[in-house]
Amino acid sequence: MTGPHDVVVIGIGNEFRRDDGAGPAAIERLRGRVPAGVRLVISDGEPADLVEAWAGADLAIVVDAMHGSSAPPGGLYRVTAGRGDIGGQADRGPSASSHGLGLGTAVALARALGQLPGTLIIHAVEGADFGHGPGLSDAVGAAIDALAAAVLADLRRKLT
Amino acid sequence: MTHRYDRTLTAAAIARVEGEGALHVRVAGRHVQEARLDIYEPPRFFEAFLRGRSYTEPPDITARVCGICPVAYQTSAYQAIEAVCGTRPGPQIAALRRLLYCGEWIASHALHVYMLHAPDFLGYPGAVEMAADHRDLVQRGLSLRRAGNAIMEVLGGRAVHPVNVRVGGFYSAPEETTLAGLRAQLEAALEPALETVSWVAGFDFPDLAVEHELLALTEPGRYAIERGTLVTSGGLAFAAAEFEQHVVEEQVPHSTALHARLAGRDGTYLTGPLARYTLNSQWLPPLATDAARAAGLGESCRNPFRSIIVRAVEIVCALEEAIAIIAGYQMPPLASVPVAPRAGTGHGVSEAPRGVLYQRFDLDADGTILGARIVPPTSQNQAAIERDLAQFVQARLSLDDEALTRQCEQAIRNYDPCISCATHFLRLTIDRT
Repeated sequence: MTGPHDVVVIGIGNEFRRDDGAGPAAIERLRGRVPAGVRLVISDGEPADLVEAWAGADLAIVVDAMHGSSAPPGGLYRVTAGRGDIGGQADRGPSASSHGLGLGTAVALARALGQLPGTLIIHAVEGADFGHGPGLSDAVGAAIDALAAAVLADLRRKLT
Repeated sequence: MTHRYDRTLTAAAIARVEGEGALHVRVAGRHVQEARLDIYEPPRFFEAFLRGRSYTEPPDITARVCGICPVAYQTSAYQAIEAVCGTRPGPQIAALRRLLYCGEWIASHALHVYMLHAPDFLGYPGAVEMAADHRDLVQRGLSLRRAGNAIMEVLGGRAVHPVNVRVGGFYSAPEETTLAGLRAQLEAALEPALETVSWVAGFDFPDLAVEHELLALTEPGRYAIERGTLVTSGGLAFAAAEFEQHVVEEQVPHSTALHARLAGRDGTYLTGPLARYTLNSQWLPPLATDAARAAGLGESCRNPFRSIIVRAVEIVCALEEAIAIIAGYQMPPLASVPVAPRAGTGHGVSEAPRGVLYQRFDLDADGTILGARIVPPTSQNQAAIERDLAQFVQARLSLDDEALTRQCEQAIRNYDPCISCATHFLRLTIDRT
């Protein structure tokens, strides 16, 4: 990606629901490590707010916890969507995300409104524990470095 | 014993409510035996988190209870702490607090009106499908939500879980010029807000009037939002400190969830937009008053389906209030006043978008929290919602399972239940046994 660009990284989740806090934890890990001008946003995943957060962005990277995939806890998952896709993977059903009304709905809503970012990359980590309370499970906590590294790799790839 | 007409219905999930819960309706023969809204109550866990923490922490901790109404949680929390410590912030801090709360009302109500509730009236399964046909309408809703979020960002530091609120005031107060920039955005939102009232007033509403006693804050001279005295349509009036004397929670035989009721009263009670409007409509500011009148609202509103009109009117009200506050704003010399810890018990109450939110804190002399209690509006409304649903289903037993399930979902959304605060599914089961 060359020339003027708007890039946002959005961490979705609730740090008081154990592994649901993986997205915000990844954002904290990224602070001070992303290129100048890249916006870092923490969101609870409400679809209207996600659409607002990435509206007009050339590149949006979303980081979220997921549950119910075939991956083991701590396993990473990456999917892309964007204006160029027709019916991309990300808006099939509510859920790779741990937010039933969140990411899938947000992608579909943005698509209906013509407000998808140029490229949307979703990084997710399979959670083990979505119970009440702060703190990540060992498996997810150990995966945050790799999750942040995967986001940084995407930023390097797209911004150079 | 079985009945010829016994049936069991199960629906996967109800969308467009905030949070996680389940509705279970049991029908025996031709009679509804039970309508139970099971709510998983995160505040119970937060009460435990809070014990042992410092008296300065509740505004930041309780804001995490809910991503939709964090300001409500912060407000009731600092009120309770300040009541113990004898703190009295000045009028400019009080004005900023009301302004911040207006932002939350605007953002929350715009979300519910456009994204969660309107699709029911227009025959869409959700906002995504509505947006495909009515992109401009959904854009208008998002622009209103953006205006509310702008207040939250300027005053709260960010739109979700604001970080600028503290016991005693704010960490930093905005300069007059900063708020002047915000004022232009809010004034631009007034017209879309008024159009919203006209738009929703044109929906088709079934005839319905609920009989619950209504509970809301009231503050003579203005529409109560962030403070006030508790009053009911049945003539009760009491301060926050008396909340637990008047509102009791109890187990009921047919449900695993606690039900709230007013002490000494037989019936259910309801808090939220219908209660606020019915008890306080005379205190709406001018544009909101005119909009309500033009929309056909009288002095009271007891039809839950028409709550969408009340929410739209309250968006106008919050915008008017916010603009007026900014017009009269003078930056306070200090963004907060000192708050020294003191042993005792304090109570706080405010009007969250969904209704009365009560908190109590017990502090020891060094400000350590010994006990906390949080009573959110949705759990107060649970008994009223269940009662209304039972009547609603009883009148519609002739519908097939799919249609009945869909209408039950719509009826639940009338109350904008915020079951939430973290996870996200409401499952519906109808047992016809």
